[in-house]
Parts: sequence; C-alpha cells; structure tokens
Amino acid sequence: MAEIIDKIVYYFSFSMVRNAMIVGVLIALCASLFGVTLVLKRFSFIGDGLSHVAFGAMSVATVLNIVNDNLFIFPVTIVCAILLLKTGRNAKIKGDSAIAMLSVGAMAVGYLLVNLSSKSSNISGDVCSTLFGSTSILTLRREDVIFCGVISVIVVTAFVFFYNKMFAVTFDENFANAVGTNANAYNLMIAITIAVIIVLAMKLVGSLLISALIIFPSLSAMRVFKNFKAVTICSAIISVLCSASGILISILAGTPVGSTIVVVNIAVFFIFSLIGRY
Amino acid sequence: MALIKCDKLECGYEGKAVTAPISLSVERGDYLCIVGENGAGKSTLMKTLLGLQLPIAGKLEIGDGLKKKEIGYLPQQTQIQRDFPASVWEIVLSGFQGSCGLRPFYNKAEKAGAEKNIEKMGITHLKNKCYRELSGGQQQRVLLARALCATKKILLLDEPVAGLDPKLTLEMYKLISKINKEEKITIIMISHDINAAYQYATHILYVGDKIFFGKKDEFVESDLGKHFYAFMGGSDGRNN
Repeated sequence: MAEIIDKIVYYFSFSMVRNAMIVGVLIALCASLFGVTLVLKRFSFIGDGLSHVAFGAMSVATVLNIVNDNLFIFPVTIVCAILLLKTGRNAKIKGDSAIAMLSVGAMAVGYLLVNLSSKSSNISGDVCSTLFGSTSILTLRREDVIFCGVISVIVVTAFVFFYNKMFAVTFDENFANAVGTNANAYNLMIAITIAVIIVLAMKLVGSLLISALIIFPSLSAMRVFKNFKAVTICSAIISVLCSASGILISILAGTPVGSTIVVVNIAVFFIFSLIGRY
Repeated sequence: MALIKCDKLECGYEGKAVTAPISLSVERGDYLCIVGENGAGKSTLMKTLLGLQLPIAGKLEIGDGLKKKEIGYLPQQTQIQRDFPASVWEIVLSGFQGSCGLRPFYNKAEKAGAEKNIEKMGITHLKNKCYRELSGGQQQRVLLARALCATKKILLLDEPVAGLDPKLTLEMYKLISKINKEEKITIIMISHDINAAYQYATHILYVGDKIFFGKKDEFVESDLGKHFYAFMGGSDGRNN
C-alpha cells in the first residue's frame, strides 16, 4: 500500500499529472450536472451525436491547419447542437434519424479528410487516440487548464443559477411554457452547454466515450435517489470520484485514461443498481 | 369584462385548423367543461388558450387583468414524468416558476404557498415521497397543487381524471369543484365524462363538426346536447 502511495506522490510531483487531474475532475463535474437533465429529457443520444460531430470538426481543423482548433470546433459543435435540438421537434427528418445522419456523416467525412491529407505515418494511431482519448490529457498546456477552469466555473454557475428553472423545464415543458417560462431558451442553453462540455471532454476520454461520462453518473444516481436535488448532487460526486480514481488507476496500471474512467463508471453503475434494488 | 374571450377562434397545427371557429367568453368564477369526441381538437384548443401555440384564425383575448403568468394548468401526463426522480415538494414548488421570474431561488412566501397547497390537496404526508412511486390519483393531486401555485384566478385542466378509478375520479371532481366554489377560481376543464360535466359545470363548450357554447342548461336542452348525451352513454338522472 505504502508503495502505491509513494508512486502516486511521485507522479503528482509532475505538473502534467496534476493538470490532468484538475481538468479531468472539472470536466467530469460539468458533464454530470447537465447529464441528469439530458438523460431525463431523453436527449442522451444527442450527446453521442455531438461527440461524433466534434470529431469531424477536429479533423477538418487539422486538415486546414487551424492553429487554435478550439475556435473552429466549438462553433461547429454548438451550431449542430442547436440544429439537432430544433429538428428533434418538428422537422421532416425525425430527431433520431437526423442525429444518426449527422453523427455518422461527420465521422466519415472527418476520417476521410484526415486520411487524404495527413502527413503523419501513423494515421490509424492518430485517429484512434482522438476516438478513444489519448495521452493528450497528459500533454495539456497551462492555457488549456486555465481555459477549462474558466469554462467549468461558468457551467457550474449557470447550473446553480438556473437549477430551479431547469428542473421545471425538464419535468414538464408544457406547464413551464404555460406559466410563462421560456422553455425554448432553456433548451437552447442546455444544448449549447452540452456542446461545450463535449468538446472539452473530448480531450479527456475521446469522442467515442464522452456520452459515458455524461450519462453514467446520473443513471447510477437515479438507481438510488428519488428526488432531483439528491440525484444531481450524487451524480456530481460519483462523476468526480470516478474520474479521479480512473485517472489514478490509469497512471498506476498504465491503462488508457478514457476507457479506464468509463469502466470505473460502469462498475459504480452496477453497484448502485444493486443498492437500489435492495 | 371576460377573463378569456374567443371570437371565431380556429386552432390547429402548421397552419391547418382542426377545429371549427369557436366563439366563447369565460367570466370570473365560471366552470366551463369542454366536451367532444376524440380528436376533435379539445387539447389543441386548450393549448391555444394557454398560448402554447398560435391561433390559426380568429381572435383570442385575455382580459380582466389576467396575466399569462397567472394561469394554472394541469396537463396530461407525459412519458418523461413516469420515471422522473422528483419529490412531491420539488414539483409543487415548481408551480411558482412564473412568479419567480429570473430570481434563481424560491422565496419564503412561495415555499409557504406550496406548503399550503399541498395541505389543501390532502397530500402533506406524501411531501417527501418520490412522484413516480405515487398512485395515479395521488400524482394528479400533486399536479393540481402545482397548478394552484401558479394561479389565483383560473385553472385549465386537460382530462384530470384520465386513468383514475371511479372512486378517485369522484374525489378529484369534488376537489376541483371545491377549488371553484371556495377559492373562486375559474375552471376550464376538458372531460370525457358527460355526467360529471352536467353535474359540476356552469357552462359547456362542445367541440366537433358543430360548435356549441353556452350555459349548461341550454346545452342539456339542445338537440346537439341530447344527441351527444345519448352517444356518450350518459346515465339517467342527469342532474343528480
């Protein structure tokens, strides 16, 4: 045991490991807060679709040699989030197929572009690390950490400030509209926030695994807790702990960060399911 | 001055009207039942009255100092709500979201109001229970308490007794009638239950190929009323 602690202490003397931990925990916190609303609104798949879009956008940014790729990825993903939310309601192509189209399309175009233009000799390696999370979490620059911190503060503040409205809009949109709450504005806010979180989380777990970060903590919390506040708080705690322990395990065992975090989340989900049953 | 006044109002979706032109006027303290066959556009009309969708044609006036934020609404249950982790307290309190505006948290007066409405509905013992674990009747009481938080003037109810057994149905009707009489809250209710409509309502709106709006007794005596009553299989002793 002492050996493991020594090892952890040793690793944490490196700023890159500390940075990874900070960013990982912040992203997990943001993702889980909005995850509850997303799951309850039956929007889980939007998270999945958007992550594919973010991958496509990232590929395009790489091909175009855009230096600060965030400036490209964020707007594209946010626009897609808004589009998906709008089409979910009243378009000719129904919501679920629209999402499927957009996500698969973005994925295919993204991979095609990377393949055609990449100068790297290890294309599949590059792509694989974008999809499943890479070592990029360990190569974060100081600016990345600050950027992530600022966004997290904004997301968490917005969540606390609009908590009661989000509950109302999630539970009963018709009623909310009828008594004068602008449900569409809140839906828009949710979509934009989710897009932002997904782009941030892509660095941590990779674009294929993001939805796990968003939906697992809230689903676990819902197995055990029966009111919205408890579910929200619990899912935030689960998410932060899972991410932190996932990152630690991956450092100690040398496993990929993203999938380790997701596996920890899955384990917690099963534990909570058992607790919820008895 | 009427609370709600419609003049040849047509309601529908995507520019297509599903109802014939409806003219009505609802005064303070009225109890209006909207009856008609399935798919006649009753819910659509209610959503238009609530401002959830725009009228296709005609005029809709909200008057007598009634603001949009002061309309209480009891919608039909949605799929989402069936497995929603929320306590009764959280749901009832959310009825105040309109009066809350952009203020992020509910104040003391609103919390006290929620407490009072929970008591009125006789569900104080369920306050901390999970909504999805309640029976259908209890869930409707919770939603009614929430609607009461949103209004002191008018309540719109979309089939409040759907899926309830006869005993609970009767209790629900009594509760609504009590709200109407004791709190002087105007009621507009969609109902499939013609007997209940005849027993409690002061006015009837029939929505179908033809439109009827008027006092209950006028509807009972009209040909349309008689025909519809027979069609719905209403029981004898209609004014019991």
